Amino acid sequence: MRVGLFVTCLVDLMRPRIGFAALRLLEAAGCEVIVPGTQTCCGQPGYNSGDRSSAKALALKVLREFDGCDYVVAPSGSCTGMMREHYPRLFQDEPQQLEKISELAQRTYELTDFLVNVAKLQNVPGSFHGSITYHDSCSGLRELGVKNQPRQLLAKIPGLQLKEMQDCETCCGFGGTFSVKFGDISTRMADNKCSAIQASGAPAVVLGDLGCMLNIEGRLRRRGDNKTSVLHVAEILAGEEGT
Amino acid sequence: MQITSMHFKARAREKLRDTQLQQALAKAQGKFVYTRADAILELENFEAHRDAAAGIRDRVIRDLDLYLEQFEKNAAARGAVVHWAETAQDVNRIVCEIADLHGVRKAVKSKSMVSEECALNEALEAAGIEVVETDLGEYILQLAHEPPSHIVAPVVHKTKDDVSDLFEQKHKKPRKTGIPELCREAREMLRPHFLSADMGISGANFLIAETGSTLIVTNEGNGRLVTTMPRVHVAITGIEKVVPTLEDIATLLRLLPRSATGQSITNYVSINTGVKSRDESDGPENFHIVLVDAGRSKLLGGAMQPMLRCIRCGACMNHCPVYQNVGGHAYGWVYPGPMGSVLTPLYAGLQNALDLPHASTFCGKCAVVCPVKIPLPDLMRNLREQQTEQGLRPGQERLALKIWAWAALHHGIYAAITFIAARILNGVAGGEKLLHYFPGGHGWTDGRDLPAPEGRTFRELYRER
Repeated sequence: MRVGLFVTCLVDLMRPRIGFAALRLLEAAGCEVIVPGTQTCCGQPGYNSGDRSSAKALALKVLREFDGCDYVVAPSGSCTGMMREHYPRLFQDEPQQLEKISELAQRTYELTDFLVNVAKLQNVPGSFHGSITYHDSCSGLRELGVKNQPRQLLAKIPGLQLKEMQDCETCCGFGGTFSVKFGDISTRMADNKCSAIQASGAPAVVLGDLGCMLNIEGRLRRRGDNKTSVLHVAEILAGEEGT
Repeated sequence: MQITSMHFKARAREKLRDTQLQQALAKAQGKFVYTRADAILELENFEAHRDAAAGIRDRVIRDLDLYLEQFEKNAAARGAVVHWAETAQDVNRIVCEIADLHGVRKAVKSKSMVSEECALNEALEAAGIEVVETDLGEYILQLAHEPPSHIVAPVVHKTKDDVSDLFEQKHKKPRKTGIPELCREAREMLRPHFLSADMGISGANFLIAETGSTLIVTNEGNGRLVTTMPRVHVAITGIEKVVPTLEDIATLLRLLPRSATGQSITNYVSINTGVKSRDESDGPENFHIVLVDAGRSKLLGGAMQPMLRCIRCGACMNHCPVYQNVGGHAYGWVYPGPMGSVLTPLYAGLQNALDLPHASTFCGKCAVVCPVKIPLPDLMRNLREQQTEQGLRPGQERLALKIWAWAALHHGIYAAITFIAARILNGVAGGEKLLHYFPGGHGWTDGRDLPAPEGRTFRELYRER
């Protein structure tokens, strides 16, 4: 099956290794992976800032770029949520576009959801020894129902132990532009998350969205915690070679 | 109520530093969130109940005029008088006229958020009428001259010690520290007021169209005294609170207390129907029902209509990570949390509450706990769009968005910008791979470092693969 990898703008700029990890996992699952070179952003920053027109223009761009892919997969619950749940709403009053956009939305998947429920990945290439705790990112969890998928995949790694933190489903405070507009509230929310991570006793927190990663890692380091590692679930699952 | 929502950011900052408030909020969060989680498990199929409740509310709102007329007809048949208030000022005028008509000198009140919208107490006091709040939380706030910070637990921002100090100062009695003793003292202070009041003012959680009744859910029993002891009872509520039948009420009551306080049912559910009849010993001789629009009818038929489903349980604020950290006063009007971030701009003016629809990470928790399935994040996003359309966003923000959108639509330019940005940010960060500061980024870097980019973009590396 032909799978289009939607890298996401944050991974492209900040953490290319997560993109390569996702690529490696999809290939390990037997997919033919296509990475359209013109892709930029899903349009969520504009959409959530009240600018529908830029979001619509970017949605149509994504539609063109991933034409011909059986599936579109992103290593982010947030971008996938935008494409699956919100793209169709943008074109509610435009029946011609709506049909194509809805069809795109239906074949778009968050990475771990796709690996478990579509590609049915059996063997995970990565290895990890020690304990981790898992942060459930909001959009993935509440818009897409991504909860057990990453845990199921992580459980395939021998030597990895999951120690759940308290309130693992509570927002870390990122929220896109919220993190800058309301910096002090966002910081407090990140602070609460850091405390929960540290209280779990795990030396690493794993999650599926780069926005939350930057927020949590940024706050941990400012708090003086240089030890707790913050990892994208794709990095752990893909293992050393993927990073 | 005087709106201060335009100062949300500054107020929130202040509240984050208030250690006493933070303790009170942490305690409340535990109470509301975990007890609700347990309470909804008592229902075999909570999701089916939510669907049914949303369906009931939608049905009413679709034919609101019809159900309101039915309500008025049935209420009048039982001797109640229905008044229609188009604005908050109309509410105050109507209630003052009723008070004047019946020669009222003292009014006792049970909790009513709609009366907070109108600042009714101030209007009555200006007309020379003594007003006594009898809900324990509201009574404490009246003594402290503070507005409520939560719609169900108005005094949630205060600690027990605050109340001990306040009672000692205002009641001029020896300081009590135990909760039962504090409650007893409040009851002793309130009892003479119940007995001497000419008018009782209540809200209404629901209006029942088929019987013309008003319904209130309470825990303290003060609501029942307010609605039955004085010779005049005035119930004030929003026009959207009407529900067709008692059967519908049964469905909604399975959800309201569980969602609000995690209770299976409140201590009291009072249904007030008409005036005292000749063979009855209790009840008011005069029953006035004030139905308030104050912005509600404007939502009919528009994108914001789902907000009219709201049954004011407060679950959205109890579960909101922003509310949990800043408390209700930061929101600056009657309704805090996600509910307030939608209602305040709608009822008190979009331009007066520019920050509120943005004060959400869109984590979606409010939408999944709402018992009537109001898509609160979608409504907040719609209000953000309205701000953009009306040119109410800051110029800098609009410019930044325009540049970002333009670049994102031109991948060559986008690739060039990210090529440069990845290198500069990586270079500046140095071996530590963290940025402690960057121009224009203080919103982020005041409280956090920014992990630096790896140095090259994915698109470059992929091309070389």
